[in-house]
Amino acid sequence: MADWAGYLGLMLDGALVTAKLTVLGCALALPAAFAAGLGRLSRVSAVRTVSVAYIEFFRGTSIFVQLFWAYFVLPLMGVTLTPLQAGVLALGLNVGAYGAEVVRAAVQSIGREQHEACIALNLTRWQSLRHVLLPQAAVVMVPTFCNNAIELLKATSVVSLISLSDLTFQAQVVRSQTGSTALPFLTVLVIYFTYASLISLGMKALERRMTRGLDGLRT
Amino acid sequence: MEWDWEFVREIMPTLLDGLRITLLATLLGSILAAAAGLGFALLRRSKSRPVARTTGVVVEFIRGTPLLVQLYFLFYVLPELGLLLSPLTAGVVGLGLHYATYTSEVFRAGIDNTPRGQWEAAKACNLTPYQTWRHVILPQAIPPMIPALANYFVAMFKETPLLSAITVIELMSEARSVANSNYRYLEPMTLVGVLFLCISLIAVPALHMLERRFRPTR
Repeated sequence: MADWAGYLGLMLDGALVTAKLTVLGCALALPAAFAAGLGRLSRVSAVRTVSVAYIEFFRGTSIFVQLFWAYFVLPLMGVTLTPLQAGVLALGLNVGAYGAEVVRAAVQSIGREQHEACIALNLTRWQSLRHVLLPQAAVVMVPTFCNNAIELLKATSVVSLISLSDLTFQAQVVRSQTGSTALPFLTVLVIYFTYASLISLGMKALERRMTRGLDGLRT
Repeated sequence: MEWDWEFVREIMPTLLDGLRITLLATLLGSILAAAAGLGFALLRRSKSRPVARTTGVVVEFIRGTPLLVQLYFLFYVLPELGLLLSPLTAGVVGLGLHYATYTSEVFRAGIDNTPRGQWEAAKACNLTPYQTWRHVILPQAIPPMIPALANYFVAMFKETPLLSAITVIELMSEARSVANSNYRYLEPMTLVGVLFLCISLIAVPALHMLERRFRPTR
């Protein structure tokens, strides 16, 4: 029983890796989502095609396959990634593809009159996006992004299969060393759930902040 | 590294064998997810507060934790409690329960969307609660949900490679084993991706068809 402190330490190390993966994954997913989501609305057909191909490819194949591909096949093409880099790359691009659809839907949900007002004010496309459409669309995106972030958190468990010592991996280590199964897995489940709750709380606070002053504007 | 068509031809039958198990797991998982999701949705509407509350907590917990860890839990912990599941059974139960927490939200929304008048009419006709659900509410609530449910089943299909972690011999584990024994990762991994993409791409028009077919008429 005295060893429990040590094993708990091991799992907390794993929890740190999981947190790092989640944060870095989100940091990649967010720009990817905006780039592809806005790219899909572009007037240039080449940009649209590339965005659609990216979105459909990453949504159509499983995160698991993408991760294995990044880790095992990319080195054959001369790009060697550490497990952490492969994990962040696959997670970020995968969730980014889902996020892209959220961005597109949110921008399209802004009323026609806003577009027309931008034209009437003679704003350039970039100005109307930057100052009129995105500030309103961002509010619509937050709740769905919250779900995406939690999906990303849950998907991080898959990196344990390419030998990255995240939370799930450490649970397996503890299981194989102690032979005890219920305790490590329950601990890990509780830690994941705590993370998910934290993300959800943080996003709710962000949503409240962003909608401040917007009441009554929405019909 | 060169792409080798000869090798592709050699491993294709093995991969297709794996694909069969993947599809089987998806099918069984979908059935369980639909049934358990309806169960969760009904329990959450239960008149008894403790039952509704407990179901809510359980659903939130399952949804907030990774499927992979849940699979490990089913596969490693349950045998200690005397319940020995085969890998495929554990996998199907894990997939089914995990996605049931998503489908239960679909069911909840569908049930909430049934007009009040239908409940009142059922009461006026003196139907028992069972008859109300069976003959009035569910037949109206379920068809509009079908596209959303099918969406989750496609998502579940893409999660089945996780089953390879608990030794189910499905598409991904077949690919990994041929890759490991031949030291060639390019073809097996790429083919798995292509197979997944093909089935997902077939699923997209199928989903649109379902959406058109079951579009609410109200």
